[in-house]
Amino acid sequence: MPALCRDCLSMLNNQRRCPDCGSPRVKVHPELFDLTIAHMDCDAFYASVEKRDNPELADKPVIIGGGRRGVVSTACYVARIRGVRSAMPMFKALALCPDAVVIKPRMSAYAEASKQIRAMMDELTPVVEPLSLDEAFMDLGGTARLHGAPPALMLARLVKRMKDELGLTGSIGLSHNKFLAKVASDLDKPRGFSVIGKTETAEFLHDRPVRLIWGIGPAGQESLEKAGIRTFADLLRWDQEALTARFGSMGYRLWHLARGQDKRRVSAHDPIKSISNETTFFEDTANPDVLDGHLWRMAEKVSGRAKARGLAGRVVTLKLKQSNHKLLTRRISLRDATQMADTIYRQARALFDQLGDHGPYRLLGCGLSDLCSEDEADKSGDLLDPGATQRSGAERATDDIRRRFGSDAIVKGRALR
Amino acid sequence: MKISIERGTLLKAVAQAQSVVERRNTIPILANVLIEAEGDSVQFRATDLDIEVVDSAPAQVERAGATTVAATTLHEIVRKLPDGALVTLTADSATGRLTVEAGRSNFSLATLPKEDFPVMASSEYQSNFTANAAVLRRLFDKSKFAISTEETRYYLNGVYMHVADSPEGGKVLRCVATDGHRLARIDSELPAGAEDMPGVIVPRKTVGELRKLVDDDEMDIAVSVSETKVRFATPEITLTSKVIDGTFPDYTRVIPQGNNRRLEVDASEFAQAVDRVATVSSERSRAVKLQLDEDKLVLSVNAPDSGAAEEELAVAYGDERLEIGFNAKYLLEIASQVDRENAVFMFNSAGDPTLMREGNDQSAVYVVMPMRV
Repeated sequence: MPALCRDCLSMLNNQRRCPDCGSPRVKVHPELFDLTIAHMDCDAFYASVEKRDNPELADKPVIIGGGRRGVVSTACYVARIRGVRSAMPMFKALALCPDAVVIKPRMSAYAEASKQIRAMMDELTPVVEPLSLDEAFMDLGGTARLHGAPPALMLARLVKRMKDELGLTGSIGLSHNKFLAKVASDLDKPRGFSVIGKTETAEFLHDRPVRLIWGIGPAGQESLEKAGIRTFADLLRWDQEALTARFGSMGYRLWHLARGQDKRRVSAHDPIKSISNETTFFEDTANPDVLDGHLWRMAEKVSGRAKARGLAGRVVTLKLKQSNHKLLTRRISLRDATQMADTIYRQARALFDQLGDHGPYRLLGCGLSDLCSEDEADKSGDLLDPGATQRSGAERATDDIRRRFGSDAIVKGRALR
Repeated sequence: MKISIERGTLLKAVAQAQSVVERRNTIPILANVLIEAEGDSVQFRATDLDIEVVDSAPAQVERAGATTVAATTLHEIVRKLPDGALVTLTADSATGRLTVEAGRSNFSLATLPKEDFPVMASSEYQSNFTANAAVLRRLFDKSKFAISTEETRYYLNGVYMHVADSPEGGKVLRCVATDGHRLARIDSELPAGAEDMPGVIVPRKTVGELRKLVDDDEMDIAVSVSETKVRFATPEITLTSKVIDGTFPDYTRVIPQGNNRRLEVDASEFAQAVDRVATVSSERSRAVKLQLDEDKLVLSVNAPDSGAAEEELAVAYGDERLEIGFNAKYLLEIASQVDRENAVFMFNSAGDPTLMREGNDQSAVYVVMPMRV
């Protein structure tokens, strides 16, 4: 049976321990060298970047997230042992793990690491579909001849390179479609390498809960449960018409997923639709200066992410959550797409000034959508705002300085409020 | 109320009224037109609370009175009636219906009480003068393309009508509109009595409604202006509008003074060439590059996704070589304002606003912001 040593990358035959390097990290699977669709998911990505950059944190529980009122964005595996999970409110996480080191996200560092990983994936195949900074689908179909090695080996090499060169670990799911590849990558985290072959698909899914399906959240689960569907076996009892009648287009998809079928292609060109950032405050605030400071920082983050991806947007969105959790959103369409923090901030600020509401607020966010390439953006100035050209020049210069001397090298006074 | 009125006359009056009425309306009475019959005429009044239009038409009034009906419904009915028909409108206060009769057609429409209809408060106007329809038409027609639709800078959502110093000395009646990308500044002789007119921002919708009043060159329009309202009136139609409550930015510093690279070109040839090369430009940016050399203008578009285009034009240009980019749409819009002489463009650098006028005529000046290409 085909086997692969994940440490020295030797291709083996049914050995449980690598005869070349003695490693027990050998993957054995009958379809190992035939499958081509992969999902790579970094392990506790943000936390791993922080630990890598600050070795003192290595054995400590690390939580990435904002403030006491925020939620956990990523918890390292040490913190996870204590029960901390992503999306958990910070106060709850700190109750479970009071000695945790809480770190504010450093998006630029994560984006940088993500870019490096992306470059490695691009060497494997042109068909890379990133889902976020830390995970992506890859279709390695037809690359075996090019690389002189089957996809499984190239993927094992990818995670090995990530570990050796970037100090970051990831888990691989390898299967025959996107749905199963994504399910697989989650089976054996961290540093996992899971394979779901064609012949075992039906058996594998049979007793698993339907919440495994990406896109089925608590609400989806509830409506499925009302129909008596909890596991994939339950789904199999429904015929296609009945599922479609009850759940619409999702029902049609469910019918196929129940059989382990997923026809969606890995698409390198599935563009991201929006870039946004939001922050929950330490305490509710109506102070315009404080809100203005947050707004600037959010605009700068959104702009930073747009610039990192070479994108710009034509719609600026402002999002505010009042103390009673009521959400206010306002959006404005621009004539000329932008990626500049200055423009995003000014537009969002204008929206804020026109709200006619004075808070207090618990959350503020800002976003950019209707995206296009940066080549099409910020092409013309504003007759009525002759200073805009200078400000945009200053922003580009600031970006250069930050690239050379770090993201804290230069900040606006506004950002300190 | 009972009146008889010729279909054509009725259609004209109702058409004007229904165009003011907002399509998506949450207040039912605002969807209605107020019909008031008295003496030998009937008045149709419609409002969106910002604009009010009153149109009076001659009619045979059998029984004076007033009522309100849905403006669009009445307009649709009258529009579909045969030309030349005599239409009879009868309000029945007992049933609360308005009957519309013409030939063999008979309609019964729901009404709302006339007391509920909001009539715009009359106000004091600081300035009253008479302007020729052709003059007003030119002022607004040539400036309205530059009106902004941006909601955050709401004070740009109209035409700034005010009294200004003419570049040639003296005072002029001036209309300015801008959206930050282009600007139009149109002057005309100051009508007698307009000297003390306060500057007002006439909203986009009002500009559109005004257009229907100024078709007839011979017509004189009575204009009244206060700080908060503006009124345009012909003998039949009175259009009253609130003005935009805001300060129009100081546009004078936007109009370049030191541009001295002069290009003269036949406006329609130029517009056609721009339109042709822009065919291949990307749908959204529509960037066109102008390369100026001695007596030669090369227009080009290079859109990686769709293709490239180039066209050469013979022009009058004697200054240094220049490459500058513009949004094709903006170039076409300003070029289409030129109707008598050549278009004269005054450039500075590729990053500075460009000025355009017709020949040496200072009474219509356009400014357009370049774009990177």
